[in-house]
Amino acid sequence: MSRRIHFTVDGQSVEADDGQSIMEACDAAGIYIPRLCDAEALVPQGSCRVCVVKLNGHTVAACTQPAEDRAHIESDTHEIRSYRRDLVRMLFHEGNHLCPVCEASGQCELQAMAYRLGISQDAPYPYLQPVRPLDASHPDIALDTNRCILCGRCIRASRDVDGKHLFEYVGRGIHKRIGISAATLAETDATIDDYAFSAGVCPVGCIIRKHEGYEVPIDERRFNKQVIGSRIEAKLLDDNEEEA
Amino acid sequence: MSARRKRIATTSLAGCFGCHMSLLDLDEHLFDLLAKVDFDRSPLNDKKTFTRRCDIGLIEGGCCNEENVRVLREFREHCDVLVAVGQCAITGGVPVMRNSIMHAEDPLRECLEVAYNASKTVQNPQNLIPNDPVLPLLLDKVYTCAQVVKVDYQIPGCPPSAEVFRIALDALIHGAPPQLDHALIRYD
Repeated sequence: MSRRIHFTVDGQSVEADDGQSIMEACDAAGIYIPRLCDAEALVPQGSCRVCVVKLNGHTVAACTQPAEDRAHIESDTHEIRSYRRDLVRMLFHEGNHLCPVCEASGQCELQAMAYRLGISQDAPYPYLQPVRPLDASHPDIALDTNRCILCGRCIRASRDVDGKHLFEYVGRGIHKRIGISAATLAETDATIDDYAFSAGVCPVGCIIRKHEGYEVPIDERRFNKQVIGSRIEAKLLDDNEEEA
Repeated sequence: MSARRKRIATTSLAGCFGCHMSLLDLDEHLFDLLAKVDFDRSPLNDKKTFTRRCDIGLIEGGCCNEENVRVLREFREHCDVLVAVGQCAITGGVPVMRNSIMHAEDPLRECLEVAYNASKTVQNPQNLIPNDPVLPLLLDKVYTCAQVVKVDYQIPGCPPSAEVFRIALDALIHGAPPQLDHALIRYD
């Protein structure tokens, strides 16, 4: 049996197994740390930085950083909330996130995160309005990369769960994007039953399952009914699971 | 002595008038609002020009043509506090989708060709593209309000619900920022 460790999050004491990440330990304790690139069943990669916390005064990604015995962790402070708000705002300004015309609206984690973080006012960033491609070649799946936030959840789902390696990061910096293993999605061996295309892998409206749009009307969707993270805070189950 | 009644002006630029319709959804609360404010330039009373300086200017829609820019600048000039209302004013909304075809060599022409000629559902045998001198000239792309003038606050939503309008206007009338509770923030 692994050694038990103890630390505090915003003054609240948390117990964890040695080697658990800060996020795993907090999830189990009912403390929600906002996240976008991490999802259940996927290897954490710590790239979106929305889960930033302060571990003994140093900023770290809670999804990849192992918890330490007797550590002091700050998460829900003014400073950390500001970091998270800025990160989410930058994601909104970097891509083309037009909620009124997006079929993921109401079940989009980026949008839900902005709601949770209380983003209603303007940010000091320009809208980059990039020109990005749409791949509707596959009979059952479409990719609208205007909405991609580069979380890499589809990459890890395809590689680690499906064993297909359909996606990979291409390019660096502002030119970074998700590449497909063929010229179009239709030329790959992607199928609608792949885990990579299941609901809850793509946090935004980039991966679109065709023939299913608007089956659940706007206003009756997941994050219209509950704040993102509320399932973890209620210690019910993983936040990606839908309410039965 | 009671405080001076606040003066509000509103306009719809590149929007669908949905935000104005939602404002009218205040229903009986409109009586409470009209007890506290006077409407100056607004499509709601059909006043086309400012009669005097206003406290609050509500802008629906972004800028897709030169007239939108002129009206927006007039509002900035005549209003103490300018508020971008709805996703079109804030992000460009539906009209801004035309910016994503800007890779084309002559993007504006391509946009008009698709809208008036090339689309399968359009019947236009003479291939006419509207070009009357009274029509405002289209801009090269669609701009958000904040890209054209300084915007003080924004009220998100598509459209913002009547409840959001009620809370935000109440704050603005009292000179406070339109703070919205988490549950009231919506982008759709």
